[in-house]
Amino acid sequence: MERQTLSEQARALQAGQVSSRELTQASLERIRELDPGLNTFINVCEAEALADADAADAARGRGEAGPLTGVPFAHKDIFCTRGVATTCGSRMLENFVPPYDATVVARLKDAGLVCVGKTNMDEFAMGSSNETSYFGAVKNPWDPARTPGGSSGGSAAAVAAGLVAAATGTDTGGSIRQPAALTGITGIKPTYGRVSRYGMIAFASSLDQAGVLAQTAEDAAQVLQLMAGFDPHDSTSAQAEVPDYAATLNADLKGKRIGVPREFFDAGLDAESEQAVRAALAVFEDLGAHVDEVSLPHVGLSVPTYYIVAPAEASSNLSRFDGVRFGYRHEGAESLEDLYKLTRQEGFGAEVKRRIMTGTYVLSAGYYDAYYLKAQQTRELIAEDFQAAFKDFDLLVGPTTPTPAFRLGEKTDDPVQMYLNDIYTIGVNLAGLPGISVPCGFAQGLPVGLQLMGPAFGEPQVLNFAHQYQQHTDWHRQAPGAS
Amino acid sequence: MALSRQDVAHIAHLARLKVSDDEIDEYVAKLSSIIELVAQLQAADTQGVTPMAHPLDMAQRLRPDQVTESDQRESFQQNAPDVVDGLYRVPRVIE
Repeated sequence: MERQTLSEQARALQAGQVSSRELTQASLERIRELDPGLNTFINVCEAEALADADAADAARGRGEAGPLTGVPFAHKDIFCTRGVATTCGSRMLENFVPPYDATVVARLKDAGLVCVGKTNMDEFAMGSSNETSYFGAVKNPWDPARTPGGSSGGSAAAVAAGLVAAATGTDTGGSIRQPAALTGITGIKPTYGRVSRYGMIAFASSLDQAGVLAQTAEDAAQVLQLMAGFDPHDSTSAQAEVPDYAATLNADLKGKRIGVPREFFDAGLDAESEQAVRAALAVFEDLGAHVDEVSLPHVGLSVPTYYIVAPAEASSNLSRFDGVRFGYRHEGAESLEDLYKLTRQEGFGAEVKRRIMTGTYVLSAGYYDAYYLKAQQTRELIAEDFQAAFKDFDLLVGPTTPTPAFRLGEKTDDPVQMYLNDIYTIGVNLAGLPGISVPCGFAQGLPVGLQLMGPAFGEPQVLNFAHQYQQHTDWHRQAPGAS
Repeated sequence: MALSRQDVAHIAHLARLKVSDDEIDEYVAKLSSIIELVAQLQAADTQGVTPMAHPLDMAQRLRPDQVTESDQRESFQQNAPDVVDGLYRVPRVIE
């Protein structure tokens, strides 16, 4: 079966060439066939999906269909779905059935999209390889011995393998862009506050942002259009209006200015990946954009800054998992303190516990100023670097990751090596900015991601540049296992 | 900077995590390497830099002080491990 894009599926539905039930059944069949080898789904919702598909077909029959009504897709298992188990990749929430829908879930449901299931992810979105999931690692469709990246690895692999044409993800330090890069698809992380966090299980609240993984920027724009916008349920939801992303996808790039951050081309960048990124910059020059080097002098502090701020927030957010109100509980504890401690020891996996401990340490008495306060200062310096760069440039462009997909098991024993994989993606999270990764070639036979970063609420520019690139290249059409 | 076994035990207690004796050495090694990574920030010059409060400098929104939520205790408690008469049950705290 040929991999179809979301737009192709939407057009076929609009033209009456196919029904939502047929598309949904095809997606479910492909999941049955390929998922046992990839482990992309934690939970497939066949009955709910088919019912939603029939409802979508009925709505279309009544002339009430929206642009994406009836298109099958998947949610990362971090979004609460009413009546459908939501695990966040953790034993702690293995049996949790949310009593409400996340805003993202409700909005896509209202728009008539059909959710076929919940995708696998690193536990509580803490990981860069999908190996911290309680439900096992996801395999990269390009090479099952390799990671698809993380934490939205299930969503990325499901889209790359054509199980669904699009999936939701979340990105705290690169968790949409990095897996998109490693699986050869497109993934957008919007501006902080652009998409509601309500019902999205919290990891690091000042960094978490929901976004989309799809084959193309055009598809990502369509889904983001439906997800984005103010939500009174999220206290940090942006009140800015949502522009029509499709309207600017074809804007001319002539005379636009691209900045290339020198710091993203350090010694850690794989040579073949760098060639692919440089070739992509030449494409933008051919399209009339000016490309110049720029410096983000503090961006090298991103990884240590992030690994203070994110674990600090995580240690606070995850204190709610105590075995009392919901989630896993250790049975037979003799005291309340033992109940907490044993529940958390058994319910959380190793990486989540390391981050809780790191966060607890940097916030503890006597260390707060040296770590947390210092990190909020370096975070400010990093954000100011980006702001200064956007005075001179419309967009910043560089690699998404230092190397293509690494082998499963290669970095699991060394958390610091794993953390360094996010060296190019963390900066925009700390600065609250939008970023997208699009496929731009291959290194060692594996996909390479090109990262485009925009100013706050610069989703239109980011999507415009990505779409224009994809109009003039065909890397995004390369599918794994084409043989 | 290296953490000691006592440091790890103290942090684990603050985080309400049980750490068994055979786990503690691994935590010492891995947390020490993480702390060594983040301690790189000590070299950064942050004299006079205002710590970031919000990435986009947004102010916290206010809303009218009105009741907007309805009582959903029963539906919420369906996820609770142990409930009696609408109350969450935990091991005895007061003798």
